Amino acid sequence: MTDTAQAPGAATIPGRVTEAPVARRRRLPVKGSAVVMALYLLFLMLPLYWLLNMSLKTNAEILGSFTLWPRNLTLENYATILTDPSWYQGYINSLLYVTMNVVITLTVALPAAYAFSRYHFMGDKHLFFWLLTNRMAPPAVFALPFFQLYSSVNLFDTHIAVALAHCLFNVPLAVWILEGFMRGVPKEIDETAYIDGYSFPKFFVKIFMPLIASGIGVAAFFAFMFSWVELLLSRTLTSVDAKPIAATMTRTVGASGVDWGVLAAAGVLTIVPGALVIWFVRNYIAKGFALGRV
Amino acid sequence: MTLTLENVSLAVDGQTHIHPTDLALEAGTMNVLLGPTLAGKTSLMRLMAGLDVPTTGRILWQGDDVTGMRVQDRGVAMVYQQFINYPSMTVFENIASPLRLLGKSKDEIATAVDRAAALMRLTPFLDRKPLELSGGQQQRCALARALVKDAGLVLLDEPLANLDYKLREELRAEIPNIFREAGSIFVYATTEPEEALLLGGNVATLWEGRVTQFGPTPSVYRKPVDATTARVFSDPPMNFLDVTVAGGRVDYGDGQGAAAPAGAADGAYRAGFRPNHLDLSRHTETALAFECDLAVTEITGSETFVHLDHAGHRWVGLIHGVRELTPGARTTVYLDPAHVYLFDAGGTLVAPAPYAEAA
Repeated sequence: MTDTAQAPGAATIPGRVTEAPVARRRRLPVKGSAVVMALYLLFLMLPLYWLLNMSLKTNAEILGSFTLWPRNLTLENYATILTDPSWYQGYINSLLYVTMNVVITLTVALPAAYAFSRYHFMGDKHLFFWLLTNRMAPPAVFALPFFQLYSSVNLFDTHIAVALAHCLFNVPLAVWILEGFMRGVPKEIDETAYIDGYSFPKFFVKIFMPLIASGIGVAAFFAFMFSWVELLLSRTLTSVDAKPIAATMTRTVGASGVDWGVLAAAGVLTIVPGALVIWFVRNYIAKGFALGRV
Repeated sequence: MTLTLENVSLAVDGQTHIHPTDLALEAGTMNVLLGPTLAGKTSLMRLMAGLDVPTTGRILWQGDDVTGMRVQDRGVAMVYQQFINYPSMTVFENIASPLRLLGKSKDEIATAVDRAAALMRLTPFLDRKPLELSGGQQQRCALARALVKDAGLVLLDEPLANLDYKLREELRAEIPNIFREAGSIFVYATTEPEEALLLGGNVATLWEGRVTQFGPTPSVYRKPVDATTARVFSDPPMNFLDVTVAGGRVDYGDGQGAAAPAGAADGAYRAGFRPNHLDLSRHTETALAFECDLAVTEITGSETFVHLDHAGHRWVGLIHGVRELTPGARTTVYLDPAHVYLFDAGGTLVAPAPYAEAA
């Protein structure tokens, strides 16, 4: 410790003696936050881990003893899902109508949001607010009318039926999000493009959409998430041909009881697409929650 | 090439933004729209570009009616006060974009862009995005895009207002040269009389949505048709003083007088003079002396602005050199009658100042 009494310039020379107290002072708070962080992650990840854990066990092990990790590691459950059409068809159905929904939502919401951000027309503010009130009703309210309506126009049990039903909730949100992003783009850019000779469609695709790309990403993300997670409408409006995975998972009680392992594997596979989407848009999420109105 | 505005007016939500206006702009001319903020410069420019449709009147391009025609078909170029570029494209693509839409070949585009970029000194930045440039470079990029298009009508809406002083001086000197070669009609909006004088060409002075006068810049400056034009075309604004003319003499009050210009009948008039013609010392034999209260002084470095109260009028004087003056003090200022414009009670010019007549 005698080294601490050195001349001021000497402190810049790295030496173990001068470094030690700094490190010791730092370690303690790190320890505290590490504990909190570890606990937080533990509670956060425990359900996910348990799902993964179950999906890799046999039914006998799940029902038999309490094990923290699979004693007999098996991929049998995943194999079942990926080979049995009644299982994997559920994923295909879900992905199909979710994709349709995202595409329809963006195609409808982009022009609508542009109109709201650029033009004044009679009742524009009221209409804008009214759009949002569509989200205030729970999906269950619409289950019955949709069921009757789609049955009578022969759309029952089709992918497009679910996609359209979800648009009722997704289009208003997408319009709301996109309008915020669009308002951040000065109107002079539109005009400069017209003066340069861009037609409206060309301007919209080539100049405007790149400027609000993150908004489009966020809107697509919210539409995807709602449509992927929503169960009630998608189950009500389908029976066999367009049955979503979430509905398949709720109908797994067979003659031999509940097939726990397969169900857990299905759960894991259901999380994957959502996790992937979140990974891709993670940088824009914060801005999206601000709805572009920063 | 001519652009003609016939009785063009614009009203938005019952409010008149532009009063009926007739204007004829000739090819190869620089036309400055001069007026304070909210005078209607931008509105008039948007009407010329076709971004807004006039409420009444017609806009003729080379004799053809282009009122209500799509902007895309008008063949105009415009630069805004804000630096407007396409943020998602590189500087090269920004400048090239009007040419691409005209269907020019790759070689033509490359040559034209390189030429415009060299003129605007943007060559080292062609691969950058506009937002990675400084403000001046961004505006030069917007100017290059307007230049490269070779449009018949180029509209510049206060293009230098958001730039720093040095860059503004530089670009202001370049712009007339750059665009003169193209032979197009240029319209340049500005709030600064000094800028209008430096750019030369024609000037249209605007006041509250009205074009008060249109003509060659020096002659509008020397012989404004009315008090409003004179006020707009003077920075700080022109000073006014109520005077009477009797028996061929102008009575300036305090027993002072000077010979009245020919044709001025007896009656009440308004005398106007520019701030730079006031002086703190008796600079000529014939100078009139006015007792004023000094309100404020502003020192800009080489000049001093003095704000004076005289008989209910606020005057501003622009005095050379730095003067240490105490606000509130009685001050005598001097004015040569040769620098005095005479307007009638309605504001119409009766006689320009003798010095302007001589020039």
